[in-house]
Amino acid sequence: MTLLLDFEKPVGDLRARLETVERDYATDPTDELGRLRADLTLDLANRTRAIYQSLTPWQTVQVARHPLRPQTLDYAIGMCTEFVEFHGDRAFGDDRAIVGGPARINGRAVVLVGQQRGRETRERLDRNFGSPHPEGYRKAHRLFQMAAKFGLPVVTMMDTPGASPGLGDEERGQGWALAANLAALATLPVPIVCVVIGEGNSGGALAIGVGDRFLMLEHAIFSVASPEAAASIVWKDAKHAPHAADALKLTAPDLLRLHLIDRIVPEPVGGAHGDPSGTITSLRAVLDEELARLAAMPVAELVASRYAKYRRIGSWFEQGGAPS
Amino acid sequence: MRNLFRRALPLVTGDAAQEAAPDLWVRCGRCRELLYTREWEAAHRVCAKCGFHARLSVADRLAHLLDAGSWHERDANLRPSDPLGFAPPGRPSYVDKLAAEARESGQTEAAVYGHGTIDGIPVVLAILDMAYFAGTLGAVVGEKVARAFELGIAERCAVVVVSASGGARQQEGVVALVQMAKAAAAVQALAGARLPYVSILTDPTLGGVTASFATLGDCILAEPGAVIGFAGPRIIEQTTGEKLPPGAQTAEFQLAHGMVDLVVARRDQKAAVARVIRLLLDGTAATVVAPGAPEPAATGTNGTSFATSPTVAQVTR
Ligand SMILES: [Zn+2]
Repeated sequence: MTLLLDFEKPVGDLRARLETVERDYATDPTDELGRLRADLTLDLANRTRAIYQSLTPWQTVQVARHPLRPQTLDYAIGMCTEFVEFHGDRAFGDDRAIVGGPARINGRAVVLVGQQRGRETRERLDRNFGSPHPEGYRKAHRLFQMAAKFGLPVVTMMDTPGASPGLGDEERGQGWALAANLAALATLPVPIVCVVIGEGNSGGALAIGVGDRFLMLEHAIFSVASPEAAASIVWKDAKHAPHAADALKLTAPDLLRLHLIDRIVPEPVGGAHGDPSGTITSLRAVLDEELARLAAMPVAELVASRYAKYRRIGSWFEQGGAPS
Repeated sequence: MRNLFRRALPLVTGDAAQEAAPDLWVRCGRCRELLYTREWEAAHRVCAKCGFHARLSVADRLAHLLDAGSWHERDANLRPSDPLGFAPPGRPSYVDKLAAEARESGQTEAAVYGHGTIDGIPVVLAILDMAYFAGTLGAVVGEKVARAFELGIAERCAVVVVSASGGARQQEGVVALVQMAKAAAAVQALAGARLPYVSILTDPTLGGVTASFATLGDCILAEPGAVIGFAGPRIIEQTTGEKLPPGAQTAEFQLAHGMVDLVVARRDQKAAVARVIRLLLDGTAATVVAPGAPEPAATGTNGTSFATSPTVAQVTR
């Protein structure tokens, strides 16, 4: 665990001390060292819990972006007994920022689609840091249609700073690709469960994030724009990103309170990056439960209630209370 | 224009000219030509010299698209609220910003919708308004757009949406973001009822509006010179360091890249929209589909009893 976030420093120091004491205890198992070891272990757990129970929104953004946090392919490998990655949009190319294909979770065949940011510098470049091009969204679209054709439920995983904003993306119709996915998902005649596993920003996240159930990992974020982008719009300065993170209500607890998401998937104490396999296990159990429940619904009812669910989201008042 | 200038000049002299000139004359936003305001307005704010399409108010847009006297606005009383309690330190709160936008624009939100006729054809029309909060997509705009599509289904008529927007309204956060999905779902509902949707893209159409209902039309029309794209030019240059070539993200650029069907000058839009809707409604679908809820698979529906209902007769003339 070499990558410590600023606010994790006290925990990091404590952990380093504990490791020293454990080494000493191994060679010299005195009662005193044993007691110290027990105290430090308890202290570490309490401090970690305390920090992670009261993360500020901006700290949550850092956790959501943590390079050691599990990504879509980690879940695909860790929670699926089978996964075949399909490539390409059949029109232009294969975008590596979106991965997907048929998979099996707890015996159930599904189509899994998610954004992949990459870890090493080269992989991150190769995957455009998880910012998909139009061909990525069109690959996702193709996979959604395939799911509908075979009656397979869809599981999507959002983890993106946003859709790629380059000239080539504009030439290939980024906006058109995103819109086509929103439309396709709105009426796709199979169950859809969406999960924000890291950072879910703007239309680039939403274009694989419309479904019957919308979940967030505990320390993921979901936002109309990245805090930096929102800050440059509202403050005219991206440096105000921490203020934007506060104001945007982008954390899972805030969004659940506002009835904008359906469920929070708890992360192990210390965040997903501290215990990837624990996180993967936790999400697998939740997905299994959600998919089982949706599988019991008739398709027409499923699609109608999906429409009603999105139709309800809004906030306004009627001046004068006149009937409309 | 020269002739006009000379003819008009003697009418205003001295101090009167100083006062009257701003009203009588207007300078083209692109070629800087001085234009006689009355002529410019009569040409729907299109420059007679260079063809520049200046932005239109909602009232002007209604006047040039709809048959006179046919407009009936719906749900004009919807007002924005503040779902997030957006009031960051050091910045105006959303509530204050809304008040300022209303004061400066004279409008109550960034969209209107209602029904009217185009060349005698009944349509539901929604118009986004750059004058209020840069036409940004928030809950009221999303709700009005969704209701427009549902009204189209209820009335069994075509829907026309005129877009102009800077994108999603940041101050409403995820509530604004999800309006993109809500509006796209409403477009799908109209598609399920197999009724035509004509989307008109005007300057500028960007961000969350481009990535939602604006680009889902059966027919997409764009106004000449309009900036249309997902990421705005400034964001592209900041993020990628790429300098955009001249003409990038214009209506003509989108036409060349296969993203819009037609680039149509303002004076020809009404006729073009009417023609497209008439042609699309002349298929068999308009008379056989059951109205109502979104249909995931709308093909092959057999509901011939609707063919004789008065609403369908009205649509098919
Ligand atoms: Zn001009």
